[in-house]
Amino acid sequence: MKRIQAIVQNYPEGSQTSAISMALDIVQRQIGWIPISAMHKVAELLSMPRMRVYEWATFYTMCKREYRGKYNVKICKSLPCMLRGSDFIIRAVEDATGCCAGGLSDDKMFGVDLVECQGACVNAPVIAIDDDYYEDLTVCDVYNIIEKLRCGDIPPSGPQGGRYAAEPCCGLTSLQTGPPPPGYCIQEALRQDKKGDGCN
Amino acid sequence: MLRQPLTRALKLSSPARAAPLAARTFSAQPPAPEKFEVFIDDKPVQVEPGTTILQAAALVGVEIPRFCYHERLAVAGNCRMCLVEIEKSPKPAAACAMPVMKGMRVKTNSDLTKKAREGVMEFLLVNHPLDCPICDQGGECDLQDQSMAFGSDRSRFTDIHFSGKRAVEDKDVGPLIKTIMTRCIHCTRCIRFASEVAGVDDFGTTGRGSDMQVGTYVEKMFLSELSGNIIDLCPVGALTSKPYSFAARPWETRRIDSVDVLDPLGSNIVVATRTNEVLRILPRTNEEINEEWLSDKSRFACDGLKRQRLVTPMMKDSRGNLTPVEWEDAMVAAARALQNCPPNKLLAVAGDLADAESLVALKDLVNRLGSENTCTEQYFPLEGAGIDLRSSYLCNTKIANVEDSDFVLLIGANTRFEAPLLNARIRKAYIHKDTDVAFIGPKVDLTYDYTHVGDSASVLKDLASGTSSHEVMKRLEAAKRPVVILGADQLKTPEGAAILAYTQELALRLQDKLEDKSWKVLNVLQRTASQVAALDIGYKPGVGPVLQDGPQVVYLLGADSGVVSRDQLPKDAVVIYQGHHGDVGAAMADIVLPGAAYTEKRATYVNAEGRAQQTLAAVTPPGKARDDWKIIRALSEIIGERLPYDSLDEVRDRLSQISPALVTYGNVENNNYFAQARALAQSLQKPVSGKVDVQLKQLEDFFMTDTISRASPTMAKCVQAVLKQKQSKY
Repeated sequence: MKRIQAIVQNYPEGSQTSAISMALDIVQRQIGWIPISAMHKVAELLSMPRMRVYEWATFYTMCKREYRGKYNVKICKSLPCMLRGSDFIIRAVEDATGCCAGGLSDDKMFGVDLVECQGACVNAPVIAIDDDYYEDLTVCDVYNIIEKLRCGDIPPSGPQGGRYAAEPCCGLTSLQTGPPPPGYCIQEALRQDKKGDGCN
Repeated sequence: MLRQPLTRALKLSSPARAAPLAARTFSAQPPAPEKFEVFIDDKPVQVEPGTTILQAAALVGVEIPRFCYHERLAVAGNCRMCLVEIEKSPKPAAACAMPVMKGMRVKTNSDLTKKAREGVMEFLLVNHPLDCPICDQGGECDLQDQSMAFGSDRSRFTDIHFSGKRAVEDKDVGPLIKTIMTRCIHCTRCIRFASEVAGVDDFGTTGRGSDMQVGTYVEKMFLSELSGNIIDLCPVGALTSKPYSFAARPWETRRIDSVDVLDPLGSNIVVATRTNEVLRILPRTNEEINEEWLSDKSRFACDGLKRQRLVTPMMKDSRGNLTPVEWEDAMVAAARALQNCPPNKLLAVAGDLADAESLVALKDLVNRLGSENTCTEQYFPLEGAGIDLRSSYLCNTKIANVEDSDFVLLIGANTRFEAPLLNARIRKAYIHKDTDVAFIGPKVDLTYDYTHVGDSASVLKDLASGTSSHEVMKRLEAAKRPVVILGADQLKTPEGAAILAYTQELALRLQDKLEDKSWKVLNVLQRTASQVAALDIGYKPGVGPVLQDGPQVVYLLGADSGVVSRDQLPKDAVVIYQGHHGDVGAAMADIVLPGAAYTEKRATYVNAEGRAQQTLAAVTPPGKARDDWKIIRALSEIIGERLPYDSLDEVRDRLSQISPALVTYGNVENNNYFAQARALAQSLQKPVSGKVDVQLKQLEDFFMTDTISRASPTMAKCVQAVLKQKQSKY
């Protein structure tokens, strides 16, 4: 509640309703999903019509309007991931969690969703479990991740193939030298050390 | 909407009216910016900056098809039907949202435009069910019309696998509006109407892409007194009238222009009839009164015209039961009662729905019998100027001008339910002009925010004397176009005269200071359609003093609000009731004379601002019922005091003798003599201590206020639905 109020402060006078996205995000982090009663509370806090909150919550896919498991597994099925084998990943996730896409596993542990691009195409295929991205996945990785989660661990997020962030796996192919100093390639007349030329 | 002429914008008096959201021009404001020329289909037209292409096209009579655009709502630009080609522009642009630029050349008939329209239409129809034969909108459907006019002549939609079109679950939004949401084309007019005009933010879009739905998300009734208007707004058959469902096709009905009498505003209506039956009532555009909206009571109470009707004359038999008799017997009995009555013991009371013709006939008859006791049910203080000056009991600002005001003070007038369309005007001013509203009375929901000044009459006294320290005082003093609206209900109390005097004092003190000398501040909002005409004709407001004298004969002209009851009368008093519905009045009557309702007679009504308008006979009165003035005229013949008019025109001549304003239809006279009324009222400024209360507080109070709406099953359903919705957790 305090956090919501603090966030509302950040918005200019008369535009407090813009805090709705943050407010619903806080709700989702607290409860795991956004029930209607929470939407009503948000509407009341931000003094906006309830319908406008419903509109918001139904429009954005990241607003979960039902319980999506302790771990919400979001598998990307957009083009780059698909080309990199997301179909196999989907099958693996379904097999490992024991629930089909769009459903909830029997132990309520996992909810699996198919989503569109999550913005990590360079490391395709990608799944996002809650806020953690698992990238460069193989089928084997998927089983490991799910198993670890089931045991209560949080497996390390990021690329699973061992590379650093989105760097090429075979080492850097560009940007191998340090950045050039200021004044690099600048035309002679503008150089800093030639002062007093009318361009101070 | 296409069925209401696209050239409607042209008929409006000024271009500002065509763009209601744009500021209207006042003499005080700087002159309008310079116009420039644009070309629509090579026709040059001079427009002001900020005009949209669609409005510019309307000026030269070029029609651009549209679904989501509506003159009185905000621009949404989401249907894309109004795409037009602009020269030197690579893509077609949405004409409803695109402002014109100097020298712009728009082509509304080019191949590109046509192709764009065909494409949009094709996409709209992909998910439209094409169930026109079973759709209530058929024949007055924008989608039908526009697909004929602008769509392709053949379909590429071949669903050979019957994979089906998009289907959407229907919503339940109450007993007035039937929803078939599969037909919805997502124009969002209903959403915008609900949030802008009705002030009930219950509609919205949920989901997105092909999952998008228009609705309330949770099961919820559309709790508005203006909800019926979304039926008219809906360009397709997604929102249709529930009471009218499967009743008729538009080409089968006869449409008669008329005037509504269920609230004091006299909204203009069209009565659709078939086989002598009123099927539905639609609004008729009148910029001065109702724009193009209509309140739910006026629209849906028409089924009350078929129930509880008095269809034959009746008299009490020996056992005290009303039994049907012939006209002759009833008239002779009534005439005998009137003849045998001493003049001072005769009382005539006019009710809510009485028309001016019958009012004048009744008054003339009673006067000829030597009595002056013609009264209305609604009270109005007779002290001070009383009803001698017309300005004291009218809405002098005029309804349309209210939207130009910059401060509105409501004194015990819940305009939302007493005059819903006046409230819509105030809301329009509140939204588009930052007009502020202050309210004296109990806390009610007016659909907009207001400063609650308190609910005691002494607050008004302080405001009037200028001694109030409330911030509203400062706002009122600073306002350039203030409006003060006093609810007529407040005048019924013993302190009514003082309240009126203070209101006059306050309003005129403000008015004297205004720069704009033509601006009127004082408004008294009457509660019923008949009151203004009755006061104009010379009826005395309120029955109090005569009733205490113990009248022997009481003639009730549609008086059903229960101010006269059997217990107040002597045992041998004869009650004659003339009216169209069996309600309070007929229940206590000895003789019942069946009259005609407002859809069944050509009659004059004067609305709250003093505008005389006439209804036209859409159907004939049921059974043996007759025109009201004719009944009184016939009665006068039997009594032997023949009234000197035999036709409607002659009655109207008589009306014009009393006041020419009663027959100048559509006009409203400017009122004067404010200062005189104020001077006369000065002595009445006594201390007041009472509370200001309003009769209609909640939506459920709104639906049933007169004989017609009390007889209407639809209105009863509305009350039930509202009460049920109140228990719902949403």
